[in-house]
Amino acid sequence: MSILEIRNVSKRFSGLKALDDVNISVAQGSVHAIIGPNGAGKSTLLNCLVGKLVPDSGAVTFKEQSLLGVKAYRINQMGVARVFQTPEIFFDLTVLENVLIPLFAKRDGSFRMHAYETVENEAQIVEEAETLLRDVNMADKRHMHSASLSRGDKRRLELAMCLSQRPELLLLDEPTAGMARADTNNTIELLRQIRDRRKNITMVIIEHDMHVVFSLADRITVMAQGTALVEDVPDKIKGHPKVQEAYLGGH
Amino acid sequence: MLGLNRRDTWFLLIVVALTLLTPFLLQPFAEDSALAQFNAGYPDLMQRIAIYGIFAMGFNILFGLTGYLSFGHAAFLGVGSYSAVWMFKLLSMNVLPALILAVAIAGLMALLIGVISLRRSGIYFAILTLAFAQMAYNLAYSVLTPLTNGETGLQITLSDPRILDAAATDSLPVPSLFGLEMNDAAQVEVLGRVFTFSVGYYFCAVIAILAFYVSMRIFRSPFGLMLRAVKTNQTRMSYTGLNARPYTLAAFVISGMYAGLAGGLLAAMDPLAGPERMQWTASGEVVLMTILGGAGTLLGPVLGAGVIKYFENIFSKINENVLHEWFGALPGWLETPIVGLIDPFVGEGWHLTLGALFMLVMIFLPGGLMEGGRRIAAAWRRRRARRQDGGSGSTAPAE
Repeated sequence: MSILEIRNVSKRFSGLKALDDVNISVAQGSVHAIIGPNGAGKSTLLNCLVGKLVPDSGAVTFKEQSLLGVKAYRINQMGVARVFQTPEIFFDLTVLENVLIPLFAKRDGSFRMHAYETVENEAQIVEEAETLLRDVNMADKRHMHSASLSRGDKRRLELAMCLSQRPELLLLDEPTAGMARADTNNTIELLRQIRDRRKNITMVIIEHDMHVVFSLADRITVMAQGTALVEDVPDKIKGHPKVQEAYLGGH
Repeated sequence: MLGLNRRDTWFLLIVVALTLLTPFLLQPFAEDSALAQFNAGYPDLMQRIAIYGIFAMGFNILFGLTGYLSFGHAAFLGVGSYSAVWMFKLLSMNVLPALILAVAIAGLMALLIGVISLRRSGIYFAILTLAFAQMAYNLAYSVLTPLTNGETGLQITLSDPRILDAAATDSLPVPSLFGLEMNDAAQVEVLGRVFTFSVGYYFCAVIAILAFYVSMRIFRSPFGLMLRAVKTNQTRMSYTGLNARPYTLAAFVISGMYAGLAGGLLAAMDPLAGPERMQWTASGEVVLMTILGGAGTLLGPVLGAGVIKYFENIFSKINENVLHEWFGALPGWLETPIVGLIDPFVGEGWHLTLGALFMLVMIFLPGGLMEGGRRIAAAWRRRRARRQDGGSGSTAPAE
């Protein structure tokens, strides 16, 4: 069953065709990778999924609900979480506070003014946050200032923040960008654990690193020049002539 | 206790003790000493420190927590004062209804201005709030003269209806709390020194403590955490399912209500409200207070308010004659240049001293005076740890 449907999506930026009639269907519980060279339109497509951009034409539906024109925070409330290429965390706060915020958001919705409560008295939420930090091996860093974390740890923290909301669809924009090989492998392992522990979670990964893609993906869509060239399982994608052409210029 | 953890309860108790002991703490020098000039334990100044402390505390909920810099908060201060004076004129000289109306009207005005201004952030938000405050100032100065009495300012008169204060008097009544007049004061001699305890100051002090407690609860609440999230990363906030606008609006309204309370208290201490209270310089002053003390800290803005009001009242009173008295013992060739050097920084030039202090704090302590306190505490802890290490090292057995 499909959880995310992208149908005939096109987007132009003053004459430049960033997306041209893109069609992608993501099955529930799968890991779907979107790959392609620079300028293929991957990030534009991702921005159309999270409400940052509105396509000129076409439809994007999540669980049969349209995402077009819906604000980012509403899309998140529907069950879509996003991991950014450069980790977007609350840099002035501690690691624990970073995870507490999405947990409060999940419990309270987009706004609730509970000025009479204290954070530390919310034992259940604090316990849940600490469990999540243990899941991503960051329990011992919970009182650290998040700005002082390494890039790999920032990524782990961002993942913990996204997972705290129990999303049904997790969008990952180059989750290993700028990471050393060891950190990349750790992130792959962490994503595998997440997939194994949360059977219902669907992941869409936009990634350049083929090692990451072939380690995780159930299906792969290859994009080039704003179009979806081919979609298939990893083994078939590897030797596909269109993929060779897109990446290696036909050589 | 009171929904606070042990550490915060102690913190609050220390603040309460310092506030209640202010008449002693600000009067450290004997009246006949050369340093008596620096005493500040008189009611008017102490009241101003408490009132502007409340103003800065509220401003800090907006600026310190969310990072939204308003340059128009004096509008709420002024509206609070006008509302309170109108309550004195129409209903009663009791300060409680006056303060309730001041807070309510300032809150409503903040809601209106906030809904419009918070559509933008950064410099655009700051300019929008400044524009609103200048509009409010001009309305009070000229357009709404029947309500504000224009340039002269709104004040109470013998002919005011005051429907709850039935008995007519020959002299102008004084704001009071169920008969306890705000300008009442008692002078108490302790160890040969005279200290003044005024009703007005203690009323302001109690309100300031309550305001501090509310501010503390906001800082420690999930709501306060969300406000800090707004300041830190609004992109992540929206991808976390949170709409920043209601949070910033709530913070704006709360800080406006604090400003209204401060304005109401100013009128309660001296039942007069003029348009100058809404001028942009007053809006700038609360920004200085908050940054000087330490934006985003609980106590910093109060400290900043205290320092600025102290400078305003004490340094502005020092003139050339006082300086000559101080340095009179020096030979003439040295006394004259020293007095000439210091003179521009005191009296009417006290703003120069404040400016220099502000620059020094911003350059060396960007986190304000509170950061200075933290650095001193950290250095002291390091020194103590080194001393303990040294001590234990000398007695440690050799391997």
